[in-house]
Amino acid sequence: MSELTFFIDNKECKAKKGQTITEAARDNGVYIPTLCDYPGIRPAGTCRICTVKVNGRNMAGCTTPVEEGMIVENKTAELEDMRKAIIEMLFVEGNHMCPTCEKSGNCDLQALGYRYTMMVPRFPYLWPSREIDASMPKIVIDKNRCIQCLRCVRGITTADGKHIFGTLHRGDKTRISADPELVAAMTDEQAQKAMDICPVGAILKREVGFKVPMGKRKYDSAPIGSDIEK
Amino acid sequence: MSKPIVATASLAGCFGCHMSLLDIDDRILQLIDLVEFHKSPVDDIKKFTKMCDVGIIEGGCCNSENVENLRDFRKNCKILVALGECAIMGGLPAMRNDIPVKECLEEAYLGSPTIDPKDPKIIPNDDDIPMILDRVYPLHEIVKIDYFLPGCPPRADLIWEALLTLATGKELNIPYEVFKFD
Ligand code: SF4
Repeated sequence: MSELTFFIDNKECKAKKGQTITEAARDNGVYIPTLCDYPGIRPAGTCRICTVKVNGRNMAGCTTPVEEGMIVENKTAELEDMRKAIIEMLFVEGNHMCPTCEKSGNCDLQALGYRYTMMVPRFPYLWPSREIDASMPKIVIDKNRCIQCLRCVRGITTADGKHIFGTLHRGDKTRISADPELVAAMTDEQAQKAMDICPVGAILKREVGFKVPMGKRKYDSAPIGSDIEK
Repeated sequence: MSKPIVATASLAGCFGCHMSLLDIDDRILQLIDLVEFHKSPVDDIKKFTKMCDVGIIEGGCCNSENVENLRDFRKNCKILVALGECAIMGGLPAMRNDIPVKECLEEAYLGSPTIDPKDPKIIPNDDDIPMILDRVYPLHEIVKIDYFLPGCPPRADLIWEALLTLATGKELNIPYEVFKFD
């Protein structure tokens, strides 16, 4: 497989042909924050947290393949502030009550809030009215927390390839919904997978909660991305 | 230089943030050397009698009294700090924000399983009781807030660092483990 050379913040990096900027960055020990991107599922570029400057233009790192000689800017003050603004926007756009959420400590959105030291969102809270759907046997969907990353839509399918989750409506009215029949037939493993794939606490597996004590959760002692950074 | 004067209050909070302040343990002795406490549940001073340098407020605003209190703090403190999730985004009390007040009151006073069926079914409504607001408001939706310290409660070490910074002007140091939203 041919190897490409490219640069992130002046660091010389190597990529395999076809690799996206975020994937290749990871292999080179450079962390580009991602939220809607998830290993093993097709990138969708919905959240824009991975925005980098490629040859001077803003591009989503998770959907842009590396090209030979590419000049990528990543950790600049401008991009970092824009990423922080996106996180703050996501916090005000839903109802994110961290102290009440089972995902707290394991939540990617919250972890990015920590990484960027979000003291308070710079935008006004929108207090949207959103539903909690607790009608399903294996999972609960709390739409207050959904950030419309579509990880569940893309990543959770039945054994024969049918999508269990989908979206209703468009724009700021977009809501995640589950197919009633498929969701009713979900196994415990699928429910766990759905909870794990959701970056926030919008999909929760029923009958377990707050299982891991504070201090031992994923993002309690080390920032998101610190496992990648070298 | 005279000691900075600090006032504190708990509005629609659970006093957890104040408890966390006490969690600075024996550093409280250093704190007493560094600052003077004015109106605060810590020393039970009820009224402002002088201008304060720093006002620290736990809890958001869920009723008219909270709003009056907050405005009083804004008037009497040079710097206002929102302490904890309730002050910053409403916190647990704000979980009612999508439920009409009427329904909340009916659930609490008429329909709740702990209501004694023999009791008269009354929703308290008296001039002496603060008026409940249509929803819970974070502090900065009501007055200007200068600084925010997240956490539920904010870790004692975070409060300590922030107080040191405010009192001595040293640079704020936030270790990763003490900066949390829960
Ligand atoms: S439910 Fe979770 S995984 Fe699905 S779109 Fe919302 S935030 Fe993303």
